[in-house]
This record gives sequence, C-alpha cells and structure tokens, in this order.
Amino acid sequence: MLTVKLIDRYGAVFIAVLAAAAVIVPFCNLAIEPGSAFHIPDYLLPLIGKYLCFALLAISIDLIWGYCGILSLGHGAFFALGGYAMGMYLMRQIGPRGVYGHPILPDFMVFLNFQDLPWFWLGFDSFLFAMVMVLLVPGVLAFVFGWFAFRSRVTGVYLSIITQAMTFALMLAFFRNDMGFGGNNGLTDFKDILGFSVQAGETRAVLFALSAAALGLGYLLCRYVVTSKLGKVLVAVRDAESRTRFLGYRVENYKLAVFVLSAMLAGLAGALYVPQVGIINPSEFAPANSIEAVIWVAVGGRGTLVGAALGALVVNVGKSWFTGAIPEFWLFALGALFVVVTLFLPKGILGTLQDYLGHPKAAKPAPEPDGAAVAHPAE
Amino acid sequence: MSLLSFRAFHHLTRALGRSVRFCALAGLVVLALAPSVHAEPVDDALAAFAADGFDDTQKGIDILVSSGHDSAEAILAALSAGKLMVRNDDKALFIEGKAGAFTDARTGASASVDAAKLKVVRLNNRLRRSVQAALGAVTLQAPSPARRIAAARAVQRSRDPAALPAVDAALARETDNGARAALQTARAAIIVAAKDAPEAERIAAVELIAAEANPDAAALLRSVQADAPQALRTAAEEGIAGIERSLAFWNAMQNVTYGISLGSVLLLAAIGLAITFGVMGVINMAHGEMVMIGAYTTYVVQDLIRDHAPQLFGSSLFFAIPLAFLVSGAVGVAIERGVIRFLYGRPLETLLATWGISLILQQAVRTIFGPSNREVGTPDWMSGAFQLGGLSLTYNRVAIVIFAMLVFAALLLVLKKTTLGLQVRAVTQNRRMASSMGIRTDFVDAMTFGLGSGVAGIAGVALSQIDNVSPNLGQGYIIDSFMVVVFGGVGNLWGTLVGALTLGVANKFLEPYAGAVLGKIILLVAIILFIQKRPRGLFALKGRAVEA
Repeated sequence: MLTVKLIDRYGAVFIAVLAAAAVIVPFCNLAIEPGSAFHIPDYLLPLIGKYLCFALLAISIDLIWGYCGILSLGHGAFFALGGYAMGMYLMRQIGPRGVYGHPILPDFMVFLNFQDLPWFWLGFDSFLFAMVMVLLVPGVLAFVFGWFAFRSRVTGVYLSIITQAMTFALMLAFFRNDMGFGGNNGLTDFKDILGFSVQAGETRAVLFALSAAALGLGYLLCRYVVTSKLGKVLVAVRDAESRTRFLGYRVENYKLAVFVLSAMLAGLAGALYVPQVGIINPSEFAPANSIEAVIWVAVGGRGTLVGAALGALVVNVGKSWFTGAIPEFWLFALGALFVVVTLFLPKGILGTLQDYLGHPKAAKPAPEPDGAAVAHPAE
Repeated sequence: MSLLSFRAFHHLTRALGRSVRFCALAGLVVLALAPSVHAEPVDDALAAFAADGFDDTQKGIDILVSSGHDSAEAILAALSAGKLMVRNDDKALFIEGKAGAFTDARTGASASVDAAKLKVVRLNNRLRRSVQAALGAVTLQAPSPARRIAAARAVQRSRDPAALPAVDAALARETDNGARAALQTARAAIIVAAKDAPEAERIAAVELIAAEANPDAAALLRSVQADAPQALRTAAEEGIAGIERSLAFWNAMQNVTYGISLGSVLLLAAIGLAITFGVMGVINMAHGEMVMIGAYTTYVVQDLIRDHAPQLFGSSLFFAIPLAFLVSGAVGVAIERGVIRFLYGRPLETLLATWGISLILQQAVRTIFGPSNREVGTPDWMSGAFQLGGLSLTYNRVAIVIFAMLVFAALLLVLKKTTLGLQVRAVTQNRRMASSMGIRTDFVDAMTFGLGSGVAGIAGVALSQIDNVSPNLGQGYIIDSFMVVVFGGVGNLWGTLVGALTLGVANKFLEPYAGAVLGKIILLVAIILFIQKRPRGLFALKGRAVEA
C-alpha cells in the first residue's frame, strides 16, 4: 500500500482511451466523408468535447471529495469563472466586428451605455494573460474561501452549504447588468481564438484534442497528488481529521492546497468548455449545476478519479439522450439516480467493479468523514 | 395680422374672465349661504354653457359653484371630462354617459337624443384649471366626509387662492374632525402661497402644515419663495427639517416592518428545516419541495371549494392549513422511511439523496399541474391595507407575521410539553440511551421528520399568498432557509427565530442602499464570513454533544 504505481490498470486504460479519442474522433470528423459509417457529424464533435470538460470538472471534484472528504457544492462556480475568463478573451477578439461595430467595447457594453472598458477587462486581449486568469481567478477565490473556511474548521455539511451559498451569490452577482459581464445573456457570439475561427472544423478538432489532453494531464496530476505522500495525508484527513491534526499535521494547509488545485482544474475545464459550446452565462453558476457535477462523481465512484470521468460521461450521455427523446422524464431519471446511487451503489460504478474484480490498489472510500460527527452529535 | 388681433382679443377676454371669476368666487360665501336671488341659478349657468364661449363658460362655472345645486357636481365633472354636450337646435344640455347613453343635464333624467346634433362644450387650459377648482369647491360640500377630505386634499395640491372663500365656507360648516383637519391644511396651503396674506397668519399656516409629516407637506413648504419675509422662510425651513426627521423615522419603521414581514416568511420556510436539520441532523434538500407541496395543496383545496362550496372560499385557508400539514407530513414520513433512514450518520449522502428526491418531486408536480404558475386566491379579509401612524401595512403581511409566530409557538410547545417532544429531544441527545429506555427511535425519527415536513407544508400555505405557486417555489427558499438555520445555530428554535428576523430586517435595510440583488449578495457573503467566525451559528449548542 505504501508504493502505489502512478498509473494503475484503470489509469492505463483511461489514458489509452483518451489518447485514441483525441486522434480518432477529430480524424473521423474531418477526414472521413459524411455518409460513411465511421463519420462523426459536426454537431457531435463539440458535444463530446463538452463531455471531456465535464469529466475534468468531475475529476477535480473527486480529488477533494473522494480523497479529502470536502464536499463542495460550489465547484460549478470555479468552472464558470474559468469559463468567463476565456469568454472575456474571446469577446475582446471580436474587436470591431460586433453588431454595433465599436472598436473596443463588446456589444453588450455598447448596449448598456458603458463609456469605457471596465478595469477588470483590461489585459484580456492577450491570450497568455487570459490563460493565466483562467487558473488564477478560481485559484484565488478558492484560496480566500478555503483560507477562512478551513482555518475556522468549517467541515462537513456546513462547508457544503456555504460553498452552495458562494456559487448562489456569484450567480446573483453575474446576473446583474452593471457587473460588466453581460448580465443574463452572458458572453457569446465569439468569432475567433488566436486568429482561428471558433466555428471552423479544424479549430474544433484542435479544441477537442486539447480537451482530451487537458483531461489526461489533469488526471495524471491528480493521480500524482493522491499517490504521493501528500495524498496519504489527504486520505488521513478524510478518514480522521482530528486524529491527523493531533499527529501534528497542519490539516487546514493540506486541505487548502488541494482545494486550490482542484479549483484551478475546474477553471481550466470551464475555459475549454466555453469555446466549444460558444456561450457562457450566469446560469453556469446555478447551485443545481454544481450538485449535478457531484452526482457524476458519485455515479462513477468517488475516490477513483477514473470513475469520476466515467460518471461524468455516463450521466451526460444519458442526459443528452433523455432530453432529446423524453425530456419530461430526465429529472425523474436524474433524481432517481441520486437516490439509487447513494442507497445501493455507494462506491459507484468503478468502485463496485473494483470490488467485483478484487482489485486491491485503489484508495478505498471511507464509510464517512468527520461530517458524521457534526450531524449526529450524540453518537 | 389676423393672428395678432386674435392674440390681443384673447388677452382681453382672459383679463375679463379673471375679474369676473374673482368677483363670483369672492361672493361665494354670501351666495352659498344666502338664498339665491335667481329663482333657478342653474338655468342661468346652463344657458351660459350653451352659449359655448370661453367667457360664457367661465361665467357658468361660477354661477354653478355659487348655486350649490345638487346637480352642480355632475355637470362640472361632465364638463371637465368633455362629456357635457349642447344640442344645436334648442341649446339644451346633455351629459354623455357610458356607451352613448345621455342624461339631461338639468334634471338628471335619461334622455334619448340624436348624437349627431350634439356638440361638446369646449374648454381651454384656463377653463380646465377653473373647472378643477370649481369641482373642488363643490365637492367640499359633498355629503360624505371621505369625499370632502379628498376634495380638501385636491384644493391643497392646487393651492388655488380662488378656492379660499369656498374652503372658509366649508370650514364654517364642517362637523367631521377628519374633514376639518384636511380643510385646515388646505387653507394653510393656500395662505402659505398667498403673497398678500398677513405674515403672522402665513407663519401659523406653515406650522400647521409642518405638523403633517408627509412628502406633500415638505414640497409645499419648499415652495415658499426666496423673496418671502425672513421669519416666514425660517419657519418654513424649520418645518421642512422637522418633516424630514419625522419622515426618516417612519421610513426606518417601514423598513423594520418590511424586514419583520420578510423575516417571518423566512422563519416559516426555515422552521421546518430547523427541526429536520437542527434537531435530527438530517440535511433535507427536498425541504423546499415540502413547502411547494403545501402551496399546491392550498391550490387544490381552493379549486375544490370553488367548484363545490363557493360560500366557504373566505375560510379556504383554514381547510388548507391542516391538509397541507398532513400531505407534506405524509410525504416527509415516506421519504424518511424510504430513503433517509438508510443514510443516518452519512450526512453528505443524505444531502445528495434528498436533492434527488427534490428533483423528482419538482418534476412530478410539473407533470401533474403543468409548469406554469397556479392561481391561488386571497380571501377578502386578507386583502387591503391600513395605516398605522406613518406606516402602511397590508393585511396579508400582518397575517403572515402573526401566523409565523403562532406556528413557532406551537412548535415550541410540541417540543417542550408533549411526549413526542420529550422523546425527540431524548433521541437527539443520546440515541442509544433513549433506545435503552424503551423509546422507539425509528418511530420518533419518522414522526420528527414528518413534523418538520408538515410545518414546511404549512409554510407553503402562507407563501401561496405572497409568492407564485409554481414547481420552482421551493427552490427559491432552500438556500435562504439553510442560511437562517445555520446563522441562528443548529438545534435551537430560538436561534432560528432570531436568525430569520435578523436576516429579514438586515435585508430590507440594505435594499435601499444596495438594491435588492446586491443586498442579497452582501448578506450571503456576510453569513459566509459569519460562519467562519462562529461555525456553529449564533446560538450554538454547548458541551460535549457538539464535539462527539
């Protein structure tokens, strides 16, 4: 148990599948003629790309929930902030081609009578700056939030509830027109990224490949963290926070570090998501989105990383199919999924599979972190 | 050339009209009190209207006012609205009613006339002002005090010096206290504006107005010109300052009442949660949906009553309250027995499972009742508003505040004085010990959860009166409710009460400065920071139980 390989059996399969998808899916879209059985239609490419971004978000949640017992119901906020940072870069790239033809201001600002570009939009015309912001903004928010929360030992459901309040407050804020982020409509009508049209098939193929690469690298990074000594401490915090603290570990620092890393990964996922779907608006901050992301992890199996990605894929494919075929039943199905998974599949798909195959090396999800103590004081 | 001469003529007529009007109104007191020298002055007035020259009309108005005739008000109102018609051939006057019906202006009897032969009695801007003042003067004599007060207020707003004699006359006759006060204020308003009135009288008038603490009075005092005597201006400035202080006070009071009203809504929504989350430690994300079910129960009850027993509609809410409690409570027990009892001790899983349940319930309601808002009626006794000092309160808000307090008190009684309450507290404090003492903890769990959910259902009945009844109703309250419970301190009903009222009042005080949305954001951030400082809320449970 002390020496765990960086890439285990599931990880190897996962990386291999991702690498294959990164090459084959764009190839099947661009090089194979429409009509062929192997052709992937244009609408499907960004859709699968979107799933990959969700998978990265799920992995970032699994890192803190599965390995450190922090259930964040506000991870959608980090995802959306990364998305907004990317969206701001894309808005600045529109330049004078907007409907109002203003040389600097995006359309919505002209429409809302802004005279100058707000200060926080400065610098977003540079891709490099925007990419730094994609990681920095969620990272800083997570740092500030975590600094306060973990230091005052807000744990368990309390933490979950205040993360939810955080994303709710951000949603309300971004809905305001005078915040300067486009209000309800958010940011959209993107034209190009680094000089390439976002609509072009080739750009989409590259974005797809980048999403796959980001997912793979994000997985490896998380895997590196959880197999390192740091990962052992995190699991210890998850299973017995007080005991870990008494052993001399600064629990809040470990939690803070992993929380910030997770928020940055979520921000990256959001940044890759935006150019593929072509819009970012405040509804991405909705608390429901964040909770839905948590259920992806639960479905796939918390504390497995690969399972989180798998869960994101399974649930979202299900969602796409349901909302297309029988839309009124999607919420029934999703609701039932929440109940069934928590009641009957506490380890998720991959965890159950691991039990079945008798795989010994995955970190086993604990029955319950310290949160239990909060809820049932007397036991 | 012709234009020029027309203008000159117009000026001339205007000057003439003014002097005529002044004479007529100045003599009004005498005329109104003394029997008229004409047999029927109304006929003279009508004849003047029929001539349809601007000056003739003015004369007619003056005669009509001084006549004090019963039909004066109707005629003036018709004139003002452009409904007073004159027949071309015999110069008879008619008032156009609704849908082309006509009444005789003289007798008030309905008349059938050929509309094509009628012509509207014309008005210009000067006459329109004059008609308004005349209407005010006539209604000052109206039989109902409420109408007289309204007329006095109209005069007060117009500040027309020409109305002064009429006001004085009315004051001399007035017996109703309210109307008298209104007339005095109206008179003061005129005198303050009148340059030729004696200074002492004007200052007395300013003081009288300053006693009325409302924005109208402040505006009136502000209109005291800069060229007015020094003493008058000082009095006016003091009056304005006084009014502003008083307005600021009532404004703050109004914010407090709004805050208490919002706070009691929050209390209603959160108090069920205070039981399930606070007492049992169960995170019920479907709590908002229990509220929603309560609101839909109200809708169904009203629908049934409307169809089968419309005479009971006024008391529909009294049927809805117990039913909502039972329906929501039953759903709550079902959830507890079906799902939550397998998840005790795993709060994060409970949270996810109940979120799933909330999605299912929302979609179920959407499938059954449709996605749009449902109309829930407000009984008559709950609609309307009343004044209390400088506050305006609506009956439904007051009812909700009282209702919230009643529910709170009832719940407190249940927990402190009943066997169930005793058992609930025992199980909360030490489950295994309670179990050894022979308490059926399973049963207590189910009942407690049912109680919490049932109270949420009752909250739904109240919220159906002030919010849209839609499948998303509960969603809007769930985060707020959690905030209240966490802020107030888990496991403490008093904490919930204080938390709800504090958040409600804070929200309403922030709103004028920050706007509704920003105020809410500030509050959420403040609570997040507060929880960092006191992770167990305002009134935390102390002792060993907390640490476990």
